[in-house]
Amino acid sequence: MTINVGLTHFLIISAILFSLGIYGIITRKNAVMVLMGIELILNSANINFVAFARYGNFGFSGQVIALFVIILAAAEAAIALAIVLNIYKTFSNVNVDEIDKLKE
Amino acid sequence: MTENLLVTLSIITLFLPVLGFAILIFFGKRFPKLYLLEVYILFIALIISIFILYSKLTYFNKDIVSSLTWFILSNSPNIGTVNIELGIKIDNITAIMLFVVNLISALVHLYSIEYMRGDKRYTRYFAYLGLFTFSMLGIVLTHNLLMMYIFWELVGLSSYLLIGFWFEKKSAADASKKAFIVNRVGDVGMFIGILILFTNYKTFTFDTIFHQISIGNLPFGSEAWLTAAGILVFMGAVGKSAQFPLHVWLPDAMEGPTPVSALIHAATMVAAGVYLVTRIFVMLTADAMLVIAIIGAVTSFVAATIAITQNDIKKVLAYSTVSQLGYMIMSLGVGAYVFAFFHLVTHAFFKACLFLGSGSVIHSMHHEQDIRNMGGLRKKMPVTYITFLISTLAISGIPLTSGFLSKDGILAGTLAFGKLTGHWLIPTIGFTVAALTAFYMFRLLILTFHGEPRDHHKFEHAHESPLVMIAPLIILATLSIFIFYTPNPLSPDDGWFLKNWVKTPEQVTPVTTRFDFLKPSSNNENIHEEIIHSELYTETLHWAHYPAMMLSITVAGLGILFAFMFYQWKKINVDKLTEKIKPLYNFSLNKWYVDELYDATAVGQTLNFSNVLAWFDNNIIDGIVNGSAWITKSFSKLSGLFDTYVVDGLVNFSAFFSGFVGFSLKKLQTGKVQTYVVFVVFSVIILLLIFKPF
Repeated sequence: MTINVGLTHFLIISAILFSLGIYGIITRKNAVMVLMGIELILNSANINFVAFARYGNFGFSGQVIALFVIILAAAEAAIALAIVLNIYKTFSNVNVDEIDKLKE
Repeated sequence: MTENLLVTLSIITLFLPVLGFAILIFFGKRFPKLYLLEVYILFIALIISIFILYSKLTYFNKDIVSSLTWFILSNSPNIGTVNIELGIKIDNITAIMLFVVNLISALVHLYSIEYMRGDKRYTRYFAYLGLFTFSMLGIVLTHNLLMMYIFWELVGLSSYLLIGFWFEKKSAADASKKAFIVNRVGDVGMFIGILILFTNYKTFTFDTIFHQISIGNLPFGSEAWLTAAGILVFMGAVGKSAQFPLHVWLPDAMEGPTPVSALIHAATMVAAGVYLVTRIFVMLTADAMLVIAIIGAVTSFVAATIAITQNDIKKVLAYSTVSQLGYMIMSLGVGAYVFAFFHLVTHAFFKACLFLGSGSVIHSMHHEQDIRNMGGLRKKMPVTYITFLISTLAISGIPLTSGFLSKDGILAGTLAFGKLTGHWLIPTIGFTVAALTAFYMFRLLILTFHGEPRDHHKFEHAHESPLVMIAPLIILATLSIFIFYTPNPLSPDDGWFLKNWVKTPEQVTPVTTRFDFLKPSSNNENIHEEIIHSELYTETLHWAHYPAMMLSITVAGLGILFAFMFYQWKKINVDKLTEKIKPLYNFSLNKWYVDELYDATAVGQTLNFSNVLAWFDNNIIDGIVNGSAWITKSFSKLSGLFDTYVVDGLVNFSAFFSGFVGFSLKKLQTGKVQTYVVFVVFSVIILLLIFKPF
């Protein structure tokens, strides 16, 4: 049985990945895990970009943007980890549900 | 020696005392020694006034008048343009009065140095005396009715201040109020009288008014108005000189310091009324003069009967003053002008002496005034006794004294009046009062100075007064001797006082309204001096002279005899006699119940009326005020309620509502990133569902 892989499959994969990212962000206590959720969401977006680029008539724009996102994700991860490190210094933990100073 | 010099000097005498007053009032507290200044000032004024008297009598036959325009009333309705003048007029009467006032005032100042020593308002006392002297000199010097009225009220004021000098005592405060208010009653009449004259003649000046009357220009063209004007102006004198219906204030005025009683309430201020009548004498019609004579006679009789039973040394003297003032007024009423003025002068001296003598007694008896507690003081206070005796002889009308001369003149005048007009009652009263006067004055003298001391404790402490108090007594007693007025001790007519100094002025009233005897003589052949009376009057006066003299000596002698029988030799038991005539005695002791009558009528009704007004005020006016206040208050309360519940309710509700909303919404802000993410996701989903982009 051959499965004709089309755009829809990519999008479904991307959606699943996105949902998993959201799920990770929402449910994980650990800030590092939340960051990982964000990485998942970014990557789901990358899949979308690449898929649309493959099946749409956009040239290489999708791939270029995906590359940008990867770079951006790397930078973001660096900054975010630095923030997490600072949070840890301040609160002695990295559990996001206990860090609710923002409401004050 | 010019007229201007005399005018300047008299203005200086007028203003010197008020200068002292101002200085003492402003600086007296800081420099208590300043009171001496006022005493010096008065002696300077006295010297000036002696100079004025001497030069006026010696060099100037005519009156000196000097005036200046004070202000001009232009175009006043119904009157037109009027010059209001200030001015002084110095005639012989003025010059003599100037001397009398200044002399007595200076002596009283001197006397007060000792008498008032230690008083806590010592300098203020001298300031008031200065104010009084100023006002009195003003009355004496002025040449118009307006200034007369102003100074008239000023003496009233200073009298008020001095009667109430010891205002801590309720009786003194009451007496000063009484004096002031009773005087106002008379002054209202005087004011109306002045206004009648002013409306008609558009001037206040005496001489202009008299000139207008003499050329037949009567007030409102009628003789009745002239009579009315005379009587109304005379009402001022009734108040100030304590004449019958208004005499009640003078005895109460004795609450003031005794030197004040001597100066103001015996010698000078009360004589201002008599002086006023001498000033307006020429415009009095026969009817007005009859009224004046009757009031004077009634006053002298009433006061003499009261004086008999009084026990306060000053009260006896006060009533004798009222009685003597009645004499003067009566004398003016019967046309014996010169004798009235003569009596005014002699009375001023001996009555001031009597009062200062009584002050000396009171001073040495430590403020004992009841003659029943005195007696025997003759040995302790010889000088006071002798001066008191001379003055008592003078007031009783014993020959060789000044009082005899003036009193005899007045009695002769009343006798002549009785014979000419048929009003025999007036001379009868005159002689009765002469007897009563001799009686009560000797009663006073005997009870105070003769016999045995009745209060031994006070008697032991009694002593003769110091020199500054005795010197005025000696001077005044000396002036009560005949030689200063006439060389003939039995008749004043030849004396310089009556022959050269004081003359009856000619009436200016229409001839028809005069007494017959005041009409000028039609027979011009026998003029030896200015004829201003009919021949008949001059004859009758001559006829009356000896009977009057004999009678007056007799009645005075009888009065003295009875006084000695009652009080010195005790031939007649006084207590038994008073028991027998108890109602009469009480009637006299209670001063004819005049005060009670006034309390019941005028004062009582005024009080009732005031109470009604007070009730009206308290209930109606205050009710309206309180009512409007209540309405405002209620309205405020209502709007307060509206504020509290409606406006505040809205405000509070909006606050509460916002609070509620905030409270509900704040739960959304948890601060937890993950919750926000959930919100975002669900919001996106909801937005997608709403906008359905697919």
